[in-house]
Amino acid sequence: MKFDPVSFVLLIPAAAAALLALLPGYRITAQLNVLAALLTFAMALSLYFFGVPKAGPYLLVDDLNKVFIVLTTFVGFTTSAFSASYIGHEIDIGRLTPTFVRFYHAMYQILMFGMNLALIANNIGLMWVAIELATLTTVLMVGIYRTHEALEAAWKYFILGSVGIALALFGTILVYMAARPAIGEGLPAMEWTNLLVHAAGFDPALLNVAFVFLLLGYGTKVGLAPLHAWLPDAHAEGPTPISAVLSGLLLNVALYALLRFKMLLAANPAAIAPGPLMVTMGLISLVFASFMLYRRRDIKRMFAYSSIEHMGIITFAFGMGGPLANFAGLLHMTMHSLTKSAIFFAVGHISQIKSTQQIADMGGLTVTNPVLGWGLVLGVVAIAGLPPLGIFMSEFLVVSSTFAREPWLALVLVAGILIGLGGLFLRLNTIAFGEPRGPIAQAQASYVPMFAHLALVLVAGVYLPPALVSGFENVAKLLR
Amino acid sequence: MRGLNFDVAHLLAGSLVLVSFVQLYQDRLYALLNIYALHALVLALSVAWQAFAQDAPHLYVTAIIALVFKAIVIPVVLHRIIVRLGIHREIEKVVGVGPAMLLGIGLVALSMVVMLRVTADADPLAREDLAFALSVVLLGLLMMVTRRNAVSQVVGFMSLENGLVLAATGAKGMPLVVEISVAFSVLIAFIVIGIFLFRIRERFDSVDLQALDRFRGERR
Repeated sequence: MKFDPVSFVLLIPAAAAALLALLPGYRITAQLNVLAALLTFAMALSLYFFGVPKAGPYLLVDDLNKVFIVLTTFVGFTTSAFSASYIGHEIDIGRLTPTFVRFYHAMYQILMFGMNLALIANNIGLMWVAIELATLTTVLMVGIYRTHEALEAAWKYFILGSVGIALALFGTILVYMAARPAIGEGLPAMEWTNLLVHAAGFDPALLNVAFVFLLLGYGTKVGLAPLHAWLPDAHAEGPTPISAVLSGLLLNVALYALLRFKMLLAANPAAIAPGPLMVTMGLISLVFASFMLYRRRDIKRMFAYSSIEHMGIITFAFGMGGPLANFAGLLHMTMHSLTKSAIFFAVGHISQIKSTQQIADMGGLTVTNPVLGWGLVLGVVAIAGLPPLGIFMSEFLVVSSTFAREPWLALVLVAGILIGLGGLFLRLNTIAFGEPRGPIAQAQASYVPMFAHLALVLVAGVYLPPALVSGFENVAKLLR
Repeated sequence: MRGLNFDVAHLLAGSLVLVSFVQLYQDRLYALLNIYALHALVLALSVAWQAFAQDAPHLYVTAIIALVFKAIVIPVVLHRIIVRLGIHREIEKVVGVGPAMLLGIGLVALSMVVMLRVTADADPLAREDLAFALSVVLLGLLMMVTRRNAVSQVVGFMSLENGLVLAATGAKGMPLVVEISVAFSVLIAFIVIGIFLFRIRERFDSVDLQALDRFRGERR
């Protein structure tokens, strides 16, 4: 039998989930979780070396989703390493019982499975099912602490998430209806590969309505304002590794679904241009979230709003379209995933040391915990978009490509980014510098995942390998 | 092809919208659950008729799932839950009956205008079905936003899902994968909800979402 990395990317998380649900003892399961995530990442990486199998009726690997799969499995791997030390502390202080930890690890792998399946699916129905699966697992994980706040957050996330996902299914059905006259009944009319080839023959009016539903539906999952209400609560109340995965990965997966449908509309000359819709929603999210950053008292909630801000920028860039803006959007998405999860790694350990998430109760971290404190400072400097880190470069690309085409939009964009920067530094000042506040203890933390991410972001800001650039350029052309 | 096929399908899909309206003004949980069972029953009939009219036997499976699972199992279980929780009193509403009905009529009109206009080329059966399905979806959404009680929000969500199943079966030849996955997702969703309801019961002694609102992280 030929070596087939595609099915391993799906099989490893599925098998690991079953195994982790059965095994007792959190130390072993935490390590197994890391091992499974590492193997999945290795398989995803090997997609680049072993060549891509031909698209089947259900699975598809192309240049676009390869980038997403590698990013997802990489952050999934580093987060599992962070999660091992985080969960160890939660067990020590009795916040989680071993039964829940077993459940947590199994859910973690099911989530990885769901996201990988959504990325690899060649069938719009299968993709929808996978995103629903990923959503439901995160709902359960957000509610895992079973406090009042966690339950409210999980409930809110569940209701808003399922409404979004229901609207997305309606859009999916409409796409099938539009494709049926051109392709014929049955499975072929739900395959990406077929849909793209025949897109020009679809009924444009039906396709337009479908895209509106898909934008509202998957846009809820991306966290675009005004559909973002679930996002800050879910980030703040769940375990921090889940906040990292939500921000770094699940939002991207939903965005990936939107991008695929956008390609479909772009291939049909009579349909509306999807760009302006995405540009509008992106800008609204960016400006809204930037202002919201100023009033946050909870550290995880603040970085959740920062995620909305950056998803806004990314959606904006993809909405602008064209090779340069798409390239910038893709780069920004990668940099944001790496940076934001690194920040959440730091935040997780900080809130464990201070045993609170209230910003007012923490302070002077660079003095008491220099490694952690400076790590957070570096992460915030990166996420705010200061040179020489990677996000500066991607934001610079987004802004400059917009200035060349729509100067007025670029002004709003820059204003939003600057407002966000101010909000972040205001809070960072309280947390990292000044008089030490709150309990002082050394974290039993593994700093490797956090600094690995930050190092990658730093390197990307200074030097992008030509292979990466040409890969991203290919994808950017594919997206139109 | 405006024969008997069309008339019956039209009648059943229209009844589904009607039952959605009836759901909208129920102010007791017991009655609401009964109406939901009726909703699912009409859906099952409608899907079965589509299976017959389109000569697509796999749709009968979807119809049976709707009948057994949604019309019988879920209402019975929810009945038990609300009795155990002791909340078969009146439902608190955000919007009164009158405004809710007016809003509902507006939403139905909206979905007719939108769907009938964009599907001008599709066959009439699918057109009407899709327009009705969107109405049911929007009415389900309306119910979710006008209710404060967790159980009735869940009922709103499930009737929304019924609308999606109606749309999926109306789309001729749509692969079975999707119908089963829809049913399956409802199952998962229901399990999740069940767990949640029990946890909420455990923690708050109430399933009123207003009680949840007090615990917002920001307002301390």
